[in-house]
Formats: sequence, structure tokens, C-alpha cells
Amino acid sequence: MLSFFSKPRIRGGVHAEEHKAVTATQAIVNSFPLPEKLYIPLQQHVGKPAEPLIRVGDKVLKGQLLAYSQGMISAPVHAPSSGIILDVNDYPAPHPSALPIRMIVLETDGKDEWLVAPQIGDPFQLTPEDISLRVGAAGIVGLGGATFPTAVKLNMGRENHIDTLIINGSECEPYLSCDDRLMQERAEQIIDGVRLMLHGMTNSQGTNLHLPEGGRAGQPGIKTTNAVIAIEDNKLQAYLAMQAAASPFSNIKVIQIPTRYPMGWDRQLIRYVTGKEVPVGCRSSEIGVTIHNVGTAYATHKAIRHGQPLVSRVITVSGGAVARPMNVEVPLGTLISELFKFCQVNSDQIARIVMGGPMMGESLPHTGLPTVKATSGILALTASELKSTDEQPCIRCASCVSVCPAGLRPLDMANNIRINQLDVAVDIGLKDCISCGCCSYICPSNIPLVQYFKYASGEVAARQQAQHKSEQTKRLIDARNARMERIAQQQLEEEQARIAAKAERERLKAAEQEALV
Amino acid sequence: MIPHMKPSSGAHVGAKASVSHIMWQVILAISPATAFGILCFGWPALNLFIITVSSAVFFEAFCFRLSGRIATPVIMDGSALLTGWLLAMTLPPWAPWWIGVVGSGLAIILGKQVYGGLGQNLFNPAMLARVALLISFPIEMTTWPNVSPLFFSHSPDLFESWHITFAGLENSDATTGATTLGFIKTEFSQNHVLSEILKDYSGFLNFIGWTRGSLGETSTLLLVLGGVWLIRQGIIQWYIPMSLLLTVTVLASVFHLMDDQHFVSPFLHLNSGAMMCVAFFIATDYVTSPNTKAGQLVFGAGCGLLIFVIRTWGAYPEGAGFAILLMNAATPLIDHYIRPRIYGRDRKGKPLEIPKS
Repeated sequence: MLSFFSKPRIRGGVHAEEHKAVTATQAIVNSFPLPEKLYIPLQQHVGKPAEPLIRVGDKVLKGQLLAYSQGMISAPVHAPSSGIILDVNDYPAPHPSALPIRMIVLETDGKDEWLVAPQIGDPFQLTPEDISLRVGAAGIVGLGGATFPTAVKLNMGRENHIDTLIINGSECEPYLSCDDRLMQERAEQIIDGVRLMLHGMTNSQGTNLHLPEGGRAGQPGIKTTNAVIAIEDNKLQAYLAMQAAASPFSNIKVIQIPTRYPMGWDRQLIRYVTGKEVPVGCRSSEIGVTIHNVGTAYATHKAIRHGQPLVSRVITVSGGAVARPMNVEVPLGTLISELFKFCQVNSDQIARIVMGGPMMGESLPHTGLPTVKATSGILALTASELKSTDEQPCIRCASCVSVCPAGLRPLDMANNIRINQLDVAVDIGLKDCISCGCCSYICPSNIPLVQYFKYASGEVAARQQAQHKSEQTKRLIDARNARMERIAQQQLEEEQARIAAKAERERLKAAEQEALV
Repeated sequence: MIPHMKPSSGAHVGAKASVSHIMWQVILAISPATAFGILCFGWPALNLFIITVSSAVFFEAFCFRLSGRIATPVIMDGSALLTGWLLAMTLPPWAPWWIGVVGSGLAIILGKQVYGGLGQNLFNPAMLARVALLISFPIEMTTWPNVSPLFFSHSPDLFESWHITFAGLENSDATTGATTLGFIKTEFSQNHVLSEILKDYSGFLNFIGWTRGSLGETSTLLLVLGGVWLIRQGIIQWYIPMSLLLTVTVLASVFHLMDDQHFVSPFLHLNSGAMMCVAFFIATDYVTSPNTKAGQLVFGAGCGLLIFVIRTWGAYPEGAGFAILLMNAATPLIDHYIRPRIYGRDRKGKPLEIPKS
């Protein structure tokens, strides 16, 4: 009865048709033929793009560093296979705009030859700093889709006192099942990765810590002891496999969570698991929680135990137009067209190509785009699977209000955006929108709410930039005017001084002459 | 390579709901009560029903033509049909044809289209029309025929029904009377007490709807069944009906317990007038009710309070229409003050504080 009065642990959300069974019941396919060319974007993460250190024509081995990370928040990029560098140039990005971004084009030689990496005996003998250094060097980023560099998160874990490491195995997006399969097939490796992450967040003795503002000082020597692996209750096999793999370690708990999109939203999951709410504008580490995806844990295991950087990932290829839907492990930089060929996608039936899940994924304009670290799935959806675009007037049914996990009022925000009152939209929470798509999903009038919000966010940013620029210009003009005035004043004074001096000179001269006379 | 697909944001998939689906579900939920009303009040009721509904659809199409838009797809969403239908349910069953036409015109044109059409109106169109009619044409709007079911010998046949609908009711004293609430109000004014007034009152007949009243509002049973079905279908939420009915029940119980000769029992309140129709189908109108659960609870309670107050102390025997309109007017205010708390922020919108530990 008490729980009835306590704060609700899940808010909003929808339960979409899952479409997961078709891929979740088959083993991950490892026989993907090596593509002849790989297109490797230099930016596959949040932060600054990596800087290439190879030249066109160089021969590289699989796992060799192609571009190094730049700055605090960045990640390096490695060769997904062995071969020759063909080009470093701008190619269409896997983004709805398909605008060109910098990529390295690698022609594979078919040998798939690894760069020999030194093996390490016991990674738990490494210092935590060394763990996060290696994770960073392996180019690991959050593989749930956020692509935040993992090493940075581990560092933040050391700087703040983290009580709980949450491993996100919710995979709440419909269609996707890559994490599910990964947990079913590679549970032990994931658990090992989790243990390594825990080790990497241990706050070792005597380190001089830089504390972010508002962060709490971590006590040296305090370990992040608990890890909670949260798996949605529609993935029973994965849960059982993970539980079996985690059973030897008392500090790693595997729990089932309700199946409800967006359960995998980090803040929703944090609230569900720990009961804590992350304040707006704070990182979860500031309240003592860090969250990583299962795929990231697996990549950490590979990086530390085998010295293998992140060069491939498991991708779900699914949707109504796919004849052979599957989870397949592909090298990063594989073109979607190659994936579609392998999975026998019927291109006549495709109504929309989506990268990611159908709720938050981005629609792509064509298939000539590479897969990247963030690509959890590629969906080829048929017209019948898509939401109708026949937009009708809003009837204020408020379904969007009740499904919003962030507690916003999408209908009011959209109404304000429609009449270009973006400031009001910001005031009532535009910036707290997480674009989860629940409101668009549920809307009976087929109003593309998320599109409105994305547009408005972009527009607000553009306006702020324009305003900033005009203020800057104004400041420069004011400064120039002041400077000109000052110069004019100075010139005037100099002129007067000069005249006065001249007069003085003449007076003196006259006086001199007078004296001479 | 598939060239050029229009970029589009998530969600790419959607729930299988549409505006017309919602409208048709509501229509389905109110049809048993309507059918029963037509059965009870015979052919004139059917005439009025058809006239009201078809003129509502006509006015909707007319407004669309006037604004230069294509009317057919909009008509098919069923919203005009539903407005006309709800209005017909609240009219006296034997009202003349022009009541239906004027009512529909008021509802669709003044109640809905001048605000900008579906979703823009401040007031519930059906209630707006009903209240306007009641104030403008008090005689026609309070002439309640006796129950005279279809195919009974005493009931008007098809031909007589046309006469009633198009030429007006003659010799109305023989075939009409007062509703339960109206009767109680008049008797109170003559200083009678409830035990005398309700000698002939049958709760059961009122419950199934065998009583004088508006066309589709008499059957508490069928309206509740329809409403509960609608809640189960997920079309409406329980917050408004529950808080409305609960408020009336609580208030009526308190006063009835204090003085059972001058204050009507809660059961009679719930079982008469427009109570159930309003609670389940009018107050729950999406457009004119608040957006949040808490707001809806407040809205429902406000409606219940006003209904009780007007019924008990007001000049009119039934206050549902007025109560709804007043609370409709308060809806923007409720939505302004009652908002969901944004994740990571407090109620005022400030970021939460980092908990110390």
C-alpha cells in the first residue's frame, strides 16, 4: 500500500507493436561478406571529429588507428579491416540530410588481417586510469545510440562517487534485437566488460581530482561496487543468460524491468532502478549513477581482454521489406546497400529507410550511406508499417500529455510553434523534450509533433546564434565608434597642442627678435 | 540506391487510432441510449433526431464550402455527426423541427466553426446550443411528452408524428407532463416535502429510462453501460465522470442526511436529468476539458458542484448545461495552473537540487 503513495517510477510511455521475434530468435550472423570498400566517417561520436593520421595509399591492418581523437570529448577511429586507404574526402553522411562529411575510404584486401596487439595477463592489475585510457584508445562510445565517449564517462565515474552502475539492456525500441541477441549469446563477455567498467571507475589512492562544478568529491579508494543490469521483461532468454553469467559475482545484479517504451531513456531507467531523479542540467554521475549500454560493455571486454578496438558491431536489419531479417555483425563503414543486398531487401517495397529504431531513428534518403558506431539497426519499412501522414486538426485528446515521459505538454508546445511563438514553447519545456517520439506515435490526428520540436529547437538555436552575432556586431561597431571618437579627440588635442606650441614658438621667436633688436 | 525520400522525423510507426475512429466509437457508445429514447418516444423523436443530425452535417459542410475547403473528408471524420447526435439526445423528444435545425446551426456555426473548427472551440457545441435554445425558446424546450413507445396504439403513428414535428403539438396537456426534476422543483415552490412529492416516483423505471425527459438522456442504465464501455476502450478516461459523479453523490448525501424532506437523495440526483449523459459523454469532450489527470479531476468536481448547486438552489430544475459551459470557460485556467511536473524539475519549473548524502 505504501508503494501506492510513493512516486511513480515510470511515467508516460507507450507500448508499440514489438516486431522483435523475427530477429530475436535467430543467432547473430557472422558470415557477412567483407565489403570491397568501407566508408569510415571521422565523426561517429559526440564531440570533436577525429583527425586522420594516415595518407591516401597507405596500407593498414585491421584495428590500426586511422584517426586520433581530438580534445577532451572525442574518440579515435580504427580500420575495420585490412587494406589500402583510397581516399580521405567528403562523402554523404548517414543522416537525414545526407550532407557530405569527412570520411576515410578503405579498399579491403580480403585478408582481414589483425594488427597484432599485446595481450595483457590480468586486467584487474591495471590501474583504473589505465582501463579508461585503453577504452578511450579503442574508440569505444556509447553504443545505445548516444555515442558519448565511454572513457569520458568512466573518468567522470572516478571523479564523482558512483554508487550504482546501470547497464542498459532494455532495448525498448520496436524491431531492434541486437542487444537482446548479444546478451543471449555473449553474456559472459558482457559481464566481464561490466566488471572491467566497475574496475575502471574505482577511485584510486592519491589521485589529484578535477571536480566539475556541483560534483561531489569522490573519496579516494572508494569503489563503485554495484552494477545493475536492467533487461525488459520481454527478453526472458537474455535475462536468464545474463543471470547465469552474473551469478558468480555478488555485486552484479540482473533485474527485469517492465516493457514500456522509452524504458531505455537513461533518466527513466535511473529513476526506475534507483528511485533518484536526475536534475535538469546535471549529469547522472552527479547523483551517483552511471549508465552504459550492454553493447558498450561488450566492446569494453573486447578492448581490454583482446586489445581489439571498436571496428564492428551487431546490427539488426529488419522491417517489412526485408526478406531475410537478421542480426548481423558487420564492419563499421559498411554501406547500407551492401547490408540490404545480403538481407535480400526488396527495394520496390521500401517506403522508408530508418537508421535506429522506428521511434527515434532517423530516416535516410538513400542506401549509399555507411553504418557507424551508433547504428543499432537499419529498417526497411513498407508503407503499411508507417504511420499515416494524413494530418488532421488537434482535438486536444491529450494522449500526448499522458504518454510524455518527460512531463511535457506536446500539444501546447506544437500550437505555439505553429504560430511561431518559439519563446513560449521554450518556456513550457521545449528544451526538456527528448524526442522519444511517444507523442507522435500516439497522436490520433497524425500530427508530426517531434518534427515540430526538432524544427523549433534548431530554429531557436539559429536565432540565438543570429542574435549573438548581431550583438557581437553591435559591440564591435560601438567599439569602433568609440575608438574613432577617441582618435578624433586625440587628433583635436594634438592639433590644439600643435597650434599652441606653434604660437608659443612664434611668441618666443618674436620675443627673441625683440630681444635682438 | 533509392533516390530522394522525403526526410521525416520519428516516430515512424504509430498507434492505430484516428480522429474518426474515436468519433465512431463514441457514437457507438451513445447509440443504445438513443435507440431506447427513440423507442420510448416514438416517431416524432425519430423525426427530430434525423433532422437534428442531418442539419448538423449540412451546416458543417456549408461552413467548409464557405471557407473554400473540400467538405467530404471532414464530414467523414464524424465530428459533426457526433455533435448533432449529442444535441439531439438533449432535446425534448417531440420538439418541433426548427428546434433541431436552429440548435444544430448554433452548435456547428456558433459553437464550433467560428472558433476555427474542430479542436478550437472553447465551449462544448452541443451544450452551447442546448442552453441557447433553452433560454430562447423555454416553452418548446420544456414540453416533455409522456412515454409513448413505437407501435403502441396510443402512440402517434407516422402520419401524426409528421404533424407533431412540422406543425407543432396540439392539445399538449393530454400527452405531456413534467420531468422528475421539474416536478420536484414546482412542488417545492408550493411548499410540499419530498415524501409527498415522490409518492409515485419509481427509481427503477427512471433507471432503465421509462420516464419523461430528453430524447437520449433518460436511460441511466444504457448511458452508464455505454460510458463504461468507452472507458474500457480507452477512448475516455475515468477521471472526469468519476469526480463529477462522486462530487454530486457526496454533496447530495450530506444535504439529504441533514434534511431528507427538502434535499433530493443522491440516488435520485444520479438517476435523473442529464446527469449520466453529461458525465460520460459531454464533460469528457476532449476539446473543452483539461489536459491533465489532476485538471480533469478538478474539472469533473467543478461540474458536479455546479450541477448540484443549480439543481438545488437555482431557477432551473436541471443545471448540467450551465455547469458544463461554466467549467468549459474555466478549462484554459485549469490547464494554465495544473501542469505536469517536468522530469528533473520541480513544480515551478526550476531544476531539482542535487540530493546530498
